[in-house]
Amino acid sequence: MYSEKVMDHFSNPRNVGELENANAVGEVGNAKCGDIMKIYMFIEDDIIKDIKFKTFGCGAAVATSSMATELVKGKTINEALELTNKAVVEALDGLPPVKMHCSVLAEEAIRSCLADYYRRQGIDPTPIVGCSCNCEECHAHDHE
Amino acid sequence: MIYVDNAATTKMSKEVLDSMMPYLTESYGNASSIYSFGQQNRAAIENARETVANLIGAKPSEIFFTGCGSEADNWAIFGAARKNIKKGKHLITSVIEHHAVLHCFQQLEKEGFTVTYIPVDSEGLVNVEDVKNAITPETTLISIMMANNEIGTIQPIKEIAQIAKENNIVFHTDAVQAVGHIPVNVEDLGVNLLSVSAHKFEGPKGVGFLYVKTGTWLSQFMYGGAQERNKRAGTENVAGVVGMATALKIATENLDANMDKCYKLRERFIDGVLSNIKHCRLNGSRTKRLPGNANISFEFIEGESLLLSLDLAGIAASSGSACTSGSLDPSHVLLAIGLPHAIAHGSLRASFSHGNTFEEVDKIVEELIKIVQRLRDMSPLYEDYLKGKK
Repeated sequence: MYSEKVMDHFSNPRNVGELENANAVGEVGNAKCGDIMKIYMFIEDDIIKDIKFKTFGCGAAVATSSMATELVKGKTINEALELTNKAVVEALDGLPPVKMHCSVLAEEAIRSCLADYYRRQGIDPTPIVGCSCNCEECHAHDHE
Repeated sequence: MIYVDNAATTKMSKEVLDSMMPYLTESYGNASSIYSFGQQNRAAIENARETVANLIGAKPSEIFFTGCGSEADNWAIFGAARKNIKKGKHLITSVIEHHAVLHCFQQLEKEGFTVTYIPVDSEGLVNVEDVKNAITPETTLISIMMANNEIGTIQPIKEIAQIAKENNIVFHTDAVQAVGHIPVNVEDLGVNLLSVSAHKFEGPKGVGFLYVKTGTWLSQFMYGGAQERNKRAGTENVAGVVGMATALKIATENLDANMDKCYKLRERFIDGVLSNIKHCRLNGSRTKRLPGNANISFEFIEGESLLLSLDLAGIAASSGSACTSGSLDPSHVLLAIGLPHAIAHGSLRASFSHGNTFEEVDKIVEELIKIVQRLRDMSPLYEDYLKGKK
C-alpha cells in the first residue's frame, strides 16, 4: 500500500516535536476529517532556520508532514512557498490515490505557517501566501 | 505474526482442507450431470446441506448455498423486498448494519422503497420497542444483524423476530459474525432468513448460505440454471460447501470451549489496555458482545497510524478509522453509538480466535502502550490537551 519511503518517514519521522523559539505556527485540518497538521518554524533573515511538526492522522499524513518539513528546512520563504503537494508526493515515491489529500494538507500546513509569520510582522499574508486553508478546501483538491 | 483480526477472516484448519481436497482434484464432475461421476458430487453437496441444516436447526430444503455472506444478504433483502412489493414498500433495518445490508437498503430507497433506520443506544443495542413502533401496514421486511462486526454487540433477535411474526413481516438477520461463534438455532430464533459466511468460522472463502424458512416469500436470485432449487443458478462450488459443512461441524462441536477461551482472551486484553493506557474507552457492551471481540478507542491518535505501527511490530488487527476505508468519515457504527469523530478515528478492533494465546494478548498490550505513547507524543490534539490541563 505504501512505498518504503512513506513507511520510513512514518516510522522515523524527521523534525517531529515542538519548537520553543518558534516565530511562526500554522495548523490545518480538523479532527472530524481525521487529519491535523501543526507546523512550527523559526525564521531568521527570510530563511527557515528550524522547523518542527506535530500530526494527528494516518501514515500518509505523518509521512507527508515529515517530508514537507525536510524539503523546506534551511530554505528561503520564497523557496518554501514554491513547495507543491506533487513535490512532496514525488519525494515519497508516490502515495495511494485516496491519500493524495494528505500531501495537499502538508503543502497547506507550510503555507499556513508562513502566513502566520507575515501576520506577526503586521503584513497581510493573503497576496503572498494565497489561501489560508481549511479542511473542506483541502479535500476539494482530493485526487489531484 | 500475531493475528487478531478473526472478524475479518479466519485460518482454515487442515481438517477442513482435507475434506475439500477430493473435490478440488480427482472428483471434478459437474453435480448436475447425469452420470455417476457427477452424481457423486451431487451427493456430497446434499450431505453438506443436511449437515449445516442440522447444525442450525433447519431443514435441508431451507439451506441455499451462495458465493459469500454478502450475496446471502443481498439476496435476502432484494429478494424479500421485491417479492412482497404488492403488500407494501416499507422496510426496517438498523443504523449499524454491515454495508452488505445497508447498501442494499440504500439502493432500494432509490427504487422507491421507504426505509426506517432504527438507531442504537451507546452500547450499540437496538431497542425492541423502537422496531415495534416503526412498523406500518406497509412494512414487508425487517433486517437486524445478529452480532455487529465492529463492536460485537449481540442483538435481541428472538424478540424482534417475534414482533415481525406477529405482524406478518419477513424477518432477516445477518448472522455472518455469529454462526460458529455463539449458539444459533433458527427454530428457536424464529427468523425467516439468516445469512452465513464460511470463512468467518474457519471455513473456505467464497462460500456461504442463506437460510430460508419454508413458506417465506423470496424471489429468485440468479438466473440461468436449476441449481439451488431454481433459486440460485450457477455450477455448485462442491469443495466450498463441503469445507463449510466440515468447518461448521467442528466449530459447533467445540463451541463452548472456544467461546470460553475467546472470552478469557478478550477480557484479559480489555483489562490490560484499560488499566495501562489512559484516555481510552471500550466500545460496545461489556456483556452482550461476541466472545472474541474487543473494540477500543484511544483519544488523540488516529487508527490507521495505530494499525501500521502494530503491523511493524508483527501484529495484525483492524480499525474503524476513515483512513482504512478510503473515505473521510470514520465507522458508521462508532458514530451511531455516539462517539465524536475524533475519537471514532482512533479505534482499534482486536478479534480473537481460540487459537490465540494469553502470551499474545500480553505482547499486544505491551506494544500498544509504546505505540500509543509514540503517536500521542506527535499528536497536536494531545499537546492541546496537556496545555489545557496545565
